[in-house]
Amino acid sequence: MSTVTLAGTPVEVDGEGFMLDATRWNEQIAAEIAAANGISELTDRHWQVVNFMRKSYLESGSAPSIRSLGKTSGVPIRELYELFPKGPAKLAAKIGGIPKPRGCI
Amino acid sequence: MSRRILILGGGTGGTLLANRLRRTCGRDTRITVVDRDDEHIYQPGLLFVPFGLAEPASIVRSRRAQLRDGVEFTLGEVDRVDLAQNAVHLLDGTLLHYDVLVIATGAVLAPEETEGMLGEGWGSVVHTFYSLEGASALREALERFDCGRLVVNLIDMPIKCPVAPLEFCFLADWQLRERGVRDNVQVTFVTPLDGAFTKPVASAKLDALLGEKGIAVESEFATGRIDGAVRRIESWDGRQLEFDLLVAIPVHGGPAYVQRSEGLGNPLGFIPADRHTLRSRAAANVFVIGDAADVPTSKAGSVTHFEGEIVAENVQRFLDGEELSGCYDGHANCFIETGFQRALLIDFDYDTEPLPGRFPEPHIGPLPLLEQSRLNHLAKLAFQPLYWSVLLPGYGIPGVSSHFHPPAGAPARTGAGAGAGAAP
Repeated sequence: MSTVTLAGTPVEVDGEGFMLDATRWNEQIAAEIAAANGISELTDRHWQVVNFMRKSYLESGSAPSIRSLGKTSGVPIRELYELFPKGPAKLAAKIGGIPKPRGCI
Repeated sequence: MSRRILILGGGTGGTLLANRLRRTCGRDTRITVVDRDDEHIYQPGLLFVPFGLAEPASIVRSRRAQLRDGVEFTLGEVDRVDLAQNAVHLLDGTLLHYDVLVIATGAVLAPEETEGMLGEGWGSVVHTFYSLEGASALREALERFDCGRLVVNLIDMPIKCPVAPLEFCFLADWQLRERGVRDNVQVTFVTPLDGAFTKPVASAKLDALLGEKGIAVESEFATGRIDGAVRRIESWDGRQLEFDLLVAIPVHGGPAYVQRSEGLGNPLGFIPADRHTLRSRAAANVFVIGDAADVPTSKAGSVTHFEGEIVAENVQRFLDGEELSGCYDGHANCFIETGFQRALLIDFDYDTEPLPGRFPEPHIGPLPLLEQSRLNHLAKLAFQPLYWSVLLPGYGIPGVSSHFHPPAGAPARTGAGAGAGAAP
């Protein structure tokens, strides 16, 4: 755990850079995390996924997996990988300021 | 006043719960179990079938025969649950009303969700051992397999018994060595996770064990497509892996009726529930047990068994108009077969990851945690008769608490001397 400054705000993040307190998040922070992870511009499609992730997390306490994202976010899995290369669920969670999806156990 | 408890599913959870409740509820309470067939499979046995270490017929018994006298058994497929009417519709038109509903219908395999899995090569070079037919077909394929690339692919979580794919790798390694053909076979474990398991300490231990046995790990590989014709799997981000024999673990979901039941399940068909009381979020008189539940612990028989005590208590309390008090802590334990007649044991809960130590008594054991031992293997074998004779009838295993940290007054037991919340 460490404290970093994102878009002028000090926030606590875990060892992999996931924010620990989702309420400290804002859109400028999102843009900064995205840029640091190779996404220079967040398009409407990116926002659709990020906002969906945040909403699911804030409502249910856990972030959806890629499979549920593909079924429910309105963005198919193939496109999710184009928008958020490597790991869409993880990267969208990081940009959305919510904890790393636990996957499952 | 006559009351009815309706339990959907006559597998591990439905059976042990029905039997538990039958012992504690008065005769004015009807208990009915619904299932679409009368074949109860001892699922841990599926792992052994491909290696000829278990016969398919030896792991199947009648569901009805596992239920105590006084528990009704109805054969039928669920069409949908009508939460507003407290009723379940079966496909044959039967309508069953309930005072309390327990969902125990588990997880189903959804191979059709992965492009190409059921296409060319399914049953010849593309297999699974997560079903009885699949495990039997794989046995024949493995018997003939003596050189090439064996790829074991966990497609996506959640799956039942998340350690089983690793155990499959270990047992395959063992069998190939016994047959003297191990040098001709590359074994690769392919997983969407970033290591062998989801919990860090156990994952590091299992990664090391895979390494010792010469089993390659391809991690963070999210399979998007299987092409049996050219024997290749492709990840969503464009990586490719070739195989000669693929053992795939299909993605899991809830049974189809969940999607037909408004307000009951999540998009994957699992039932969101309070992780401590195991009451569904859908309705106050609906509870969930076992793999069907969307709670953050493993889909495993041990979990279902431990949940049984809590769900039974809460169902009883609900019917009596009392506040729910049963509290499940996520306790899970699993034996992990590592081949050569040895096994590891892991023990954990929602908050404490698997750690080294001794089980069930700290420091005494006799079973070592996170260490390979012959005793663990023997314990795993000894478990099968206990499953039918102790677990399904709804009793506890002597010395093993449903709680990771037993309530005050009970003998303390935790795995390790270190880690969050371990006993002093």
